[in-house]
Amino acid sequence: MRAPIWPAALATLAMAAAGGLFLYVEQQWAVACLVAGAALALALVGRTGLPAGIQAAWSDHPRVLAALATLCSAGLIAFFREDHFALLMLAKVMLFAVACLGLTIQFGYAGVVNFSGAAFFGVGAYTAAALAARSGLPHPVVIFTGGVLAALVGSVLVLPLLRTRGHYAALITVAFAILFKTFLEVSDMLGGPQGLKVPGFTVLGWSFNSNIEISEASELSFYVSYALLASALFVVAYVLVRRLERSWLGLSLDVVRIDETSAAVFGFEVARWKILAFMAGNFLAGVAGAIYAMMTGFVAPASFTLSESLIFVSIIILGGLGNLAGILPATAVVVLLPEKLQLIQEYRFLLFSVVVILVLLFRPGGLLPRTLRSYRPGWGRR
Amino acid sequence: MDLSIVGQYVFNGLMLGVIYALVAVGFTLFFGVLDVIKFSHGDVLTVGAFTALVTYLTLAHAGIQSPWLLVPAVALVAMLSMGLLGALIARFLVLPLREAPPINVLLTTLMAGTALREAVRLFYPSGSNPKPFPRLLPTGSIALGGLTMRYDSLILIATGLLAIVVVHMLVTRSKLGLAIRAVAQDSETARIMGIHFQQTVLLTFAMGSSMAALAGVSVGLYYNEINFGMGVLLGVIGFSAAVVGGLGNLYGAIVGGFLFAALQTLGAVWFEVPAYKDVFAFAVVILLMAWKPTGLLAERQAERV
Repeated sequence: MRAPIWPAALATLAMAAAGGLFLYVEQQWAVACLVAGAALALALVGRTGLPAGIQAAWSDHPRVLAALATLCSAGLIAFFREDHFALLMLAKVMLFAVACLGLTIQFGYAGVVNFSGAAFFGVGAYTAAALAARSGLPHPVVIFTGGVLAALVGSVLVLPLLRTRGHYAALITVAFAILFKTFLEVSDMLGGPQGLKVPGFTVLGWSFNSNIEISEASELSFYVSYALLASALFVVAYVLVRRLERSWLGLSLDVVRIDETSAAVFGFEVARWKILAFMAGNFLAGVAGAIYAMMTGFVAPASFTLSESLIFVSIIILGGLGNLAGILPATAVVVLLPEKLQLIQEYRFLLFSVVVILVLLFRPGGLLPRTLRSYRPGWGRR
Repeated sequence: MDLSIVGQYVFNGLMLGVIYALVAVGFTLFFGVLDVIKFSHGDVLTVGAFTALVTYLTLAHAGIQSPWLLVPAVALVAMLSMGLLGALIARFLVLPLREAPPINVLLTTLMAGTALREAVRLFYPSGSNPKPFPRLLPTGSIALGGLTMRYDSLILIATGLLAIVVVHMLVTRSKLGLAIRAVAQDSETARIMGIHFQQTVLLTFAMGSSMAALAGVSVGLYYNEINFGMGVLLGVIGFSAAVVGGLGNLYGAIVGGFLFAALQTLGAVWFEVPAYKDVFAFAVVILLMAWKPTGLLAERQAERV
C-alpha cells in the first residue's frame, strides 16, 4: 500500500507559497509576522503526525513530488518576472544550495571535512572572471572549467586530508580557507581586495544580462534567465547526487564514513572514495561559484572568507547532515532571512549564530535528519 | 643580511611566538581534557582585550594613574572574567554536546564565537571601529649593538613565558593538574576514583580562557590598538599552532606557537609583499600536516577498534 501523496504535496505548496510571500512582502512588520507565523506553523505541524506522512509520501512518490517542486519554483520565477531583487535572491538560494549539495557529498556521505567550501566556490567564481574576460571560450565551457579547476585546486589538499583525521583534517581546510582569501587579497593579477569584474553569461549570442522584452509594455527582468539557469543547475545536481546516494557509490561512501577501519578490512579503498567525494563536491561548488560570479557581475575576496565557508557548513548541518531534502529549505532560511529582515540587519549575524546554537543544542540531527534509504516504495515501514 | 637585522626579526618573532603559544595552550588544554575544539577561543581573546580596556577606563576614571597598579589590575580582571566566560561556554555549550558528533561542538563554539564578536561590535560604543589601547608599559628601549629591544616587548615576553610555565607547573605538579591529566586519559575511571569531572573540566576551560585573555591584553599593550575582529586570525593561528605541535601536548603548543611566528617572519623576509607571509605560513602548515598527520610532538598511539 502506498502512502497518500497529499501531505507532501501540501507541504511543498505551502513552502513555495511561504517563500514567495516572504520575498513579496516589503514592510518590516509583515516580514516579522510572516517569520513568526511560519515558525508557529512549523511547531504546530511538528506536533501532529504530519511529518511522518510527508516523509512516507516523499519516499513513495518521489518523481511526482519532485516534478511538483520544480513546477513550484518555475511558478515562483514566473510570478516574480519583473522583480530584480526577488529573482536574484531565488537564484542565489539555488546556487548556494548546489554548493551545499557538493558539501553534502563530502561531509554527509564520505565524512571528509571541508571548511573551505566558499574557497572552492571562489575558485569557480575567479575562473569565470578570468576566463570570460580574457579568453574567447564559450561561456558554458567557462563554467564547466570553473568546476574542474575547483576540483583540481582541491586536489592539492587531497594528500594531507587523506593522512589526517578529525580535527587535524579540519585544520587543513581551515588553513586553506584563510590562505585562499589572503592570496586573493595580495594578488595583483586577480584584482587584489577590489576584485574583478565579470562579464555576464552569454550563450549562442543570447546575453543573460539584458532584459527580455516581450512587448513594448512588458519586459522580464534579466534575472529570470539566471534564476532559470540556477534552478536547472540545482535540479540536475540534485538528481545526480540523489542517484549517487542511492547507488553502490553512495553505499560505499557511507561505509567509509561510518567506520574507516572496517571499510578497509572489507576491501573498500578508503582513499579512493574520499578522493572521489572531495573532488565531486568541489566540482559542484566551483560550477555554482562560476555562475554566481557571472550573475552578480563581480568577484571580490570578501565573499570567499572562512566565515562564508562556515555559513555553508551551517546550512548542511541545519538542514540535517546528509539529507538532500533539507538543503533547499535550510539554504532559503540562511540566505533569505538576513537579507529580508532589514530591521535586524545589524543584528543578523548575532541572531543567526544564536539560532544555529539553539538548533544544535536541541535538535542535534538538524531540522530534517537523514533517514534510511528506501529503495522501494514503503520499504522499511511496517 | 646584517646580523643585527636578523636579531631584530628573531626578537619580533619571539614576541609573536609568545602570544601564539598563549592561545595555543588553551586549545591544547581543551582538547586534552575533553577531545573537543573550542573555536570561540579567539573571540574570547577579543572580549578579554575589551574587558581590559573597560577596566582601564573605569580605573582611570576613578583617578588611579600609576601603571604599577593599573597593568596588573587590568590583566587580572580580564583573566578572571574570561576564565568565567570560558567556564560558562564549557558548561552550557560544550558539555551538553558530549554525545553529539564532534563537528557539532566545533560548529556550536564557532557560532558562540561569532555571537561574542558581534556582541562586541554592536554593544560596545561604536564597536566596529578600532579602539586605542592605553600605552601602560614603559616606552624606552635597550640597544644591544644594532639590536633595539623595546622594554614593553621584553616585559610581555617575560610575562607570557612565565604564564606558560605556571600553567605547565599547574598541570604537571599540582593536584588539579593530576585531576586534569586523569580526566584527559580516561574520564570514566577518573570519575570512579572520585575526581569531580565537571569541576575539573570547567577549571581547565577557565585556565585556558584566561590564557587567551592574557594574550589579548598583550596584543593590546603591544600594538596599542584593539578591534572586534582581532581574535579571528589569532584564534586560527593558535589552533594551527596547537595542531601542528600535536593536540593535547603542552610542549607541542609552545613549539607550534613559536614555529608559526618563525614561519610568518620568514615569509615576511622572503617575499617582497609582506601580506604573503600568512599565505606562506598556512601553506607550510598544510605541508607539515601532510608530513606529520598528528602533529610534530604527537604521542605514538595505535588505533583501538
